[in-house]
Amino acid sequence: MAKKKQSAETSGPKEFDVMSYLRRDLFPHFLCPGCGHGIALRALMWAAHELGLDKDKIAIVSGIGCSGRLGAYVDANTFHTTHGRPLAYATGLKLARPDLHVIVITGDGDCLAIGGNHLIHACRRNLDITCMMLNNEVYGMTGGQVSPTTSQDRYTTTTPTGNTEATFDSCKLAEAAGASFVGREVTVQTPTLKNLLKDAIDHKGFSFVEVISDCTEIYGRKNDLGNSPEMILSQKSQMRPDSYGGVIVDEPFRPNALPTGVLTRSDRAEYGETYRSTMASSKKGA
Amino acid sequence: MAKASTKTNAQNLQGNNACALAAVAAGCRFYAGYPITPSSEVAERMSLELPKVDGTFIQMEDEIASMGAILGASMGGVKSMTATSGPGFSLKQENLGYGVIAEVPCVIINVMRGGPSTGMPTRPAQGDVMQARWGTHGDHQIIVISPASVSEVYEQTVRAFNLAEQFRTPVVLLIDEVIGHLVETVHVPDPASLDVVDRKWADVAADKYRPYEAGKDMVPAMARPGDGYRVHTTGLTHDESGFPTQDPETVDRVSKRLLNKFDPHRKVIDHFEELNVKDAEVLIVSYGISARAARGAVKQARDAGIKAGLFRPVTIWPFPEKALVKAAKKAKRILVAEMNAGQLSLEVERVLGRDRVSGVNRIDGEAISPADIIDAIGKGA
Ligand SMILES: Cc1ncc(C[n+]2csc(CCOP(=O)(O)OP(=O)(O)O)c2C)c(N)n1
Ligand code: SF4
Ligand SMILES: [Mg+2]
Repeated sequence: MAKKKQSAETSGPKEFDVMSYLRRDLFPHFLCPGCGHGIALRALMWAAHELGLDKDKIAIVSGIGCSGRLGAYVDANTFHTTHGRPLAYATGLKLARPDLHVIVITGDGDCLAIGGNHLIHACRRNLDITCMMLNNEVYGMTGGQVSPTTSQDRYTTTTPTGNTEATFDSCKLAEAAGASFVGREVTVQTPTLKNLLKDAIDHKGFSFVEVISDCTEIYGRKNDLGNSPEMILSQKSQMRPDSYGGVIVDEPFRPNALPTGVLTRSDRAEYGETYRSTMASSKKGA
Repeated sequence: MAKASTKTNAQNLQGNNACALAAVAAGCRFYAGYPITPSSEVAERMSLELPKVDGTFIQMEDEIASMGAILGASMGGVKSMTATSGPGFSLKQENLGYGVIAEVPCVIINVMRGGPSTGMPTRPAQGDVMQARWGTHGDHQIIVISPASVSEVYEQTVRAFNLAEQFRTPVVLLIDEVIGHLVETVHVPDPASLDVVDRKWADVAADKYRPYEAGKDMVPAMARPGDGYRVHTTGLTHDESGFPTQDPETVDRVSKRLLNKFDPHRKVIDHFEELNVKDAEVLIVSYGISARAARGAVKQARDAGIKAGLFRPVTIWPFPEKALVKAAKKAKRILVAEMNAGQLSLEVERVLGRDRVSGVNRIDGEAISPADIIDAIGKGA
């Protein structure tokens, strides 16, 4: 790059170089070629960069899954916890250390199946945590079993005749449970995803971002969804009609076909502050 | 653990309340839990006490979340605790294992009941001796303490925090329902006089720091988030750098360090009471409330001319086997008195062989009485 362009990518404090946010000695990374999770991580680092977050104050808390493995690559305080429980660990960490930027990275299985109870209560409490859920419609890490967001009729290793169960719309779930910031984006629109994540991290309260990711190697192959570029380009129109509320299939790429962007934002009181100020005034009153 | 010249303040306290007060005195500043009889008073008292010291109390959505939350808080550098009973203790086990492998100090209170499943929520039992030892999966070590009076609940809760901090490990306090709900006079030490241990914090330059490299004491120093170390913590088997590994030689080395971590420290960790053991021909082994019945039984037996003695492990895991072998030298019979179908008995048999060992057990929701033990002594005579 000869001259600094004033593009979104260079509008931060310094030019964004994703490698300066990653633990280089862990490379090569473990992701399959074309996996959408890597794009999501790049967008998250880009958002942190543009917000000027101090790496020492970033705490990435992740669960178990391909999504959960991302945390280790971030040059920050990283906590790779147990399957489904990163929000529980993050709740303790954030309450004990309100000075940290606590960011959870989780998967559709981690967050909505085994960890579903923690998600709804995290939304209800509205503690200042950002939760980035990577929805690839499948259990990637364990070899491609059905997940709570697998679209109907899709093949997985445990739905050999196509999925017969209904799916979650995780954003509606988060909103109904009280999350004060909810958004969704696809990985192909990386700068937009970065901006959404920036807003989410900046938001005071619990923010939930669903990233429509892709498991190219396992889910993509099994369902003949094409190669990685084909998969991510078709995300808005075809790939995941059920998990985000019945978007029409058969259409070519339509940028606005699925509800993306900021879906909910409110200034409901953040829980940590509410707790601390209530306790402080009860101490004075006593 | 009060120092010699301690000013104390005599208070009538319930066991569960004493536990909460001791936790705060030991420096606990974060509590997460989920209500369950007979432990709920611990949570209720913590919700009152923690705000007074700018600590945080939270009632989580379940016990799995509670265990996760206290680990999260402790990894943030804050001493933390949870309390539960058998069913909730089962739910905590996976995350408890995370605490073991990631070496996160924390304290888990289990006010026991019988089981399996819901069992008898309001009746006493000592049903979780083996769950506390082996509840989480895989080979591991853990420290488990069982107090026998309200005063000892106070003392041992402080000690549980100190051991957790010193050895970077979860410590479990097994209290039985009787002790948890018993009200006794406790000479509460002046908090300023308590020996309170804090974990070893990393103090080398960030580029020199290896999160799981331990010196002779086998306990690595911990880094606090925000202090510039930017450490990775994982439940995957990891090498000294903290990052996962599957290299057999490395895995063997780091797993053995973790398994042998308490070995050089048994003098500090082991804790037991002995009563008339030197010449004891009948040795009773008991812990918690059952040991108090055993104390009475030993006195009665001695009055009747029977050479009875009591060995009471206070730290039950790791089991104080050397001390037991010594105490049992002259004993022809060993009676293990416990409110379960024979759990610590198995360990006593492992240490002393099966020939001399038999159990005095109650699983009917009633505490063992001195008469139950006297009967058992009589039967073998
Ligand atoms: C308690 C427990 N149950 C099951 C597993 C096995 N497991 C590991 S990852 C995973 C699913 C991950 O799926 P998802 O959260 O969607 O993440 P992805 O790999 O797709 O990113 C499962 C079931 C586990 N590690 N722990
Ligand atoms: S298995 Fe799927 S989700 Fe996991 S790294 Fe490969 S493509 Fe990505
Ligand atoms: Mg998935």
